[in-house]
Amino acid sequence: MRDVAVVGVGINKFGELWNHSLRDLYVEAALAAIDNAGVDHLDSMTIGCMTSGLFVGQEHLGSLLADYLGQKNLAASRVESACASGGLAFRNAYIEVASGMSDIVMAGGVEKMTDISGDGATYALAAAADQEYEVFHGATFPGLYALMAVAHMEKYGTTREMLSAVAVKNHHNGAMNPYAQYPFEVTRETVESSVMVASPLRILDCSPITDGAAAVILTTVDIAKKLGKPIIKVIGSGHATDAIALHSRDDITTLNATTEAAAQAFKMAGKTIKDVDFAEVHDCFTIAEIVVMESLGLYPPGKAGEAVVKGETALEGSFPINTSGGLKSKGHPVGATGVAQIVELVKQLRGEAENGRQLTNSPKIGMAQNMGGSGGSTLVHILEVA
Amino acid sequence: MFPSRIWRESKHRYRLEAGKCKKCGKIVFPYRLICPECGDREFEKIILPDTGKLMSYTVIRVAPSQFTDQAPYAVGIADLGDGVKLLAQIADCDVEKIKVGMDVRIEFRRIQTDAHHGVLSYGYKFVPKWY
Repeated sequence: MRDVAVVGVGINKFGELWNHSLRDLYVEAALAAIDNAGVDHLDSMTIGCMTSGLFVGQEHLGSLLADYLGQKNLAASRVESACASGGLAFRNAYIEVASGMSDIVMAGGVEKMTDISGDGATYALAAAADQEYEVFHGATFPGLYALMAVAHMEKYGTTREMLSAVAVKNHHNGAMNPYAQYPFEVTRETVESSVMVASPLRILDCSPITDGAAAVILTTVDIAKKLGKPIIKVIGSGHATDAIALHSRDDITTLNATTEAAAQAFKMAGKTIKDVDFAEVHDCFTIAEIVVMESLGLYPPGKAGEAVVKGETALEGSFPINTSGGLKSKGHPVGATGVAQIVELVKQLRGEAENGRQLTNSPKIGMAQNMGGSGGSTLVHILEVA
Repeated sequence: MFPSRIWRESKHRYRLEAGKCKKCGKIVFPYRLICPECGDREFEKIILPDTGKLMSYTVIRVAPSQFTDQAPYAVGIADLGDGVKLLAQIADCDVEKIKVGMDVRIEFRRIQTDAHHGVLSYGYKFVPKWY
């Protein structure tokens, strides 16, 4: 396997973007990544998108987006793993370069979510759950994560304050991200008085519906050196699945696919969680960030919530999490999210994070955890600055 | 929702039919072709018990369109024993009084009404035992 580096990143400002179509979103981010990398061509492109068919009635994205990106006859494909589609696109691009099959590959992600009503978006997103044995009974995504939250609270004494602390921290970080959908601070009181969606989760415990795209360029370390780019190496990649239905899992207070994908990535990198300086994790709901922290082995089961309250995962904490604002504040265009996490890791490792959210201790190793559905799939990647 | 999609799940939803692996005893619901525990492919047909213990629950206030007339409604996961768990609505109760660990019966109920195709779907719901 060849050593692989990320040499270019591109992202557009996330939001409810009525002027942008799916193809506009993608091409804008993709061109930014090409310009940022300084490459003169692509050998192939892999795009993460959860459900453009349900959101805008458009499939066959590989061909559509290669055409609009001006890449005649490019080998382009779309991959899907619900909200982990972006992470999966990144992994497939990584494997393609590492294997020697292609030299310069774009991994992109896109989701156009606001061309349908809120109810339509709920229906589309629910396609990531078990239609016949969860959605059929009236379960929603906030509902499934609420079931995890209640079980976690019962087992470990996790509190309302701990959930709120995740939202407050991520909005604080996101307020410094010019690409965030909701770049403003929230207080604990605001979170705890926001509308109840599925108890105990309120609207400010939930990530938003977002239009957005992100793209990165992967190539060999040798080509990266010739391009004169900082060498941000991909040192670990892990991918695992779990039962899609929450009730089919033995324990809903942990995420086995996350634990397994992280173990693969750490083994490949020859590192442990202690070697990692910071992480972007999949905080689709506040409880998710807490359970993910424990499933990654960063904290023992039941101890992550308290660590968030104490500020250990804040920008200036011992292990900053979601410096970008996370899905919570930055926004969650589902197919783009996994790639947007890589964009943030690269910015932090290059020392290019905007508006005062740059980590000041010169981070060397960053990790991204991206999951689909209620944790039925997970991608973990570890990046290191050379 | 097309009738065939509902009809093909009816043995699970109406009668709680499940499969028990002939080799390792793992119970699968709904029916599967291969055991997720041991990989064996032979199952004996069994009927799940109609009682369970609530492991977690949530009260859904922002509901999908086919459930808005029922909101707020509770959804929970119950443990039926022998490694079997189900997700279903918790019916016939004051949602404020639901507690983790409470005993529930599993009863046959109407689940949703699809106005577009005019199809009513039925299945199981949990009902707290103290009612």
